[in-house]
Amino acid sequence: MSSLDPDNRPLILEAGRADHQYWIDLWRYRELFFILAWRDVAVRYKQTVIGVIWAFVRPFMTMVVFTVVFGSLAKLPSEGSAPYAVMVFAGLLPWTLFASVLSEASLSVIGSANLITKVYFPRLVVPLSTIVVALIDFLVSLAILAGLMLWYGLVPGWQILLLPLFVLLALLAAIGPAIWAASLIVKYRDFRFIIPFVTQIGVYVSPVGFSSKVVPEHWQMLYSINPMVGVIDGFRWCILGGDSPIYWPGFLVSLVVIAVMLAWGAHAFRRSERAFADII
Amino acid sequence: MSDVAIRAEKLGKKFIIGHRAEVGSVFVDVVARGFRNALRKGTDMLRGRAMVEGDTVEEFWALRDVDFEIKRGEVVSIIGHNGAGKTTLLKILSRITEPSEGRLSIKGRVASLLEVGTGFHPELTGRENVFLNGAILGMTRAEVRRRFDEIIDFSGVEKFIDTPVKRYSVGMYARLAFAVAAHLESEVLVIDEVLAVGDAEFQARCLNRMSAVADAGRTVLFVSHNLAAVTALTKRAIVFQSGRVYFDGAIDEAVAHYATSLRKVKNGGNWGKGNTTSLISAMLVDASGTPTDRYEPGTPLRLRVVLETSGLRGMSLELVLRDEHNLPIGFYSTSVFNQVSLPGKPGQYECSLVLEPYWLASGEYCFDLMTGLTYVDTDHRVDNALRFFVERCSPDAIPFNFSQGKGNGALAMRLASPVEFTELPAAAQEPKPGPG
Repeated sequence: MSSLDPDNRPLILEAGRADHQYWIDLWRYRELFFILAWRDVAVRYKQTVIGVIWAFVRPFMTMVVFTVVFGSLAKLPSEGSAPYAVMVFAGLLPWTLFASVLSEASLSVIGSANLITKVYFPRLVVPLSTIVVALIDFLVSLAILAGLMLWYGLVPGWQILLLPLFVLLALLAAIGPAIWAASLIVKYRDFRFIIPFVTQIGVYVSPVGFSSKVVPEHWQMLYSINPMVGVIDGFRWCILGGDSPIYWPGFLVSLVVIAVMLAWGAHAFRRSERAFADII
Repeated sequence: MSDVAIRAEKLGKKFIIGHRAEVGSVFVDVVARGFRNALRKGTDMLRGRAMVEGDTVEEFWALRDVDFEIKRGEVVSIIGHNGAGKTTLLKILSRITEPSEGRLSIKGRVASLLEVGTGFHPELTGRENVFLNGAILGMTRAEVRRRFDEIIDFSGVEKFIDTPVKRYSVGMYARLAFAVAAHLESEVLVIDEVLAVGDAEFQARCLNRMSAVADAGRTVLFVSHNLAAVTALTKRAIVFQSGRVYFDGAIDEAVAHYATSLRKVKNGGNWGKGNTTSLISAMLVDASGTPTDRYEPGTPLRLRVVLETSGLRGMSLELVLRDEHNLPIGFYSTSVFNQVSLPGKPGQYECSLVLEPYWLASGEYCFDLMTGLTYVDTDHRVDNALRFFVERCSPDAIPFNFSQGKGNGALAMRLASPVEFTELPAAAQEPKPGPG
């Protein structure tokens, strides 16, 4: 049997040869994607006392801290009539998804050095498979949000149906820089110190603990260069509905930035992945 | 031409390696060197090149001008000593790394086993790891499921299949890992030294499995130091030396060429340098002084080590003998054991060491070589510097071959005087009264 090579053409290995079968190969290795993702999920809470409860505790505590610091102490305004806690949580959801994909995926390649130096597979499988763990944590947080909205008696509007689209957008926003960073970390370990820094600063630069409406109008366009501004605004619009209208021109800027980073990340990763085994 | 499975044309692989310069450790020098290195790494990064640690960089060809053809269904072994380029070739074949020049064309799906148990996760159970490892080696889940019982049967760890593999013994772990690998289905199979796992019985089973695979008409490339296994399994061998094809042909001739290539390697291997002393080469010789890679148990173990010294006093030459599991089983130091230091006059020397006869079990061994101040500081260390084999170990003409694979260690112990049994008086044999 030869599920990986149905056509009988020989495989040619040469220096710098572009592998036009790459994307087909990536699809053929989807089982590896699932099994690596499953492995990460299966071992995630092994040998912890409270196990999967950690998935609830972390986002909940962050939400409480942000609500107290930005809402009660700094007295920043919420969006429309929405309770501050719900507004924070609606921003925290996409941010956490973004940050965990960015940090996990960027470190995943050097973390899999033992695989990369011993077996062939499209290397993109490794960073992509980290998405699944982040998505599962995201779903847990979504359940907390539902509970929170029930508590405040909030009912989402029709916009909630568009939420999956923005989840996808958050993932795309993370994957671009993540795979770029992953390929850089293989060569220069400096970047493994830079990524945690980016996520630490990013949570304050992005409108996570506050509403993006706090930023003066004439800065909105510039602010949207941070792609997470568009994504977080989109999330709040989906969850809080009419209380949180999207600033569309800014959203478009965010979309363009996401697309450019994704294309650049994929290009950089593809260009350097053939040498991964030599320099990892 | 349709029956050629693998063809290599002018294949080469280049690495950039870094060296540490031998400048002194004066503070200013160290700072200047650190600054220069950071500058070089910085420019490398701006140009998008990979970074190399070290003070000076150099090109190193691990493989060069390699040409060969392997027909479909052929079973070929690749032999050569450490650093001859075997593993680099396998890595190119299995698409792990890309060649720097030349081309390689392969027909059919390649399954490569550069290691058993790649990606095994200690927290997962044996069953889970079979699926994980299978997927990593390129099997589909359906395929693994179909052959699952066979795999478990082959491994012999059925009882512990739902136990996390971190609780496994080394042997169980290796057996399970090999079992998965042995059930890979592909047109081309590439194997690197994976037979060296488990006990003798399991190794025999692995060998049978390998020959079954070969008989089934698949193309097999097999790298091993185990010349007995190589001779039993393959008819053709390619001998590598210093990154080039040294010989390509019938297995018997190849083994002979391999032995002569051992002699030639004297100055071929690049072992790097120490600060004040450098090990250059080492070989095992027989009673007549001819280089060999065989040791006849019960005869003196003769070594020749070529080294260079700057004349620093008190430096010692040291050996660590390791068995085939890479466990240290012996140590010798010229200065600690015999109060002999390296010569005080700078220059290159050949050092002859004749060690006492040992009854080493049959199998593979290697020596690590070191120079330095014993237990204080190692100046130059070369791991796996010298590999050799013991073909048969039968002290006192016992009727079987005592091998390392028996799991009883690497040394057949011998008596200094005959065994004696003295019968104890009957009273002493009475069972002691229990408490109560």
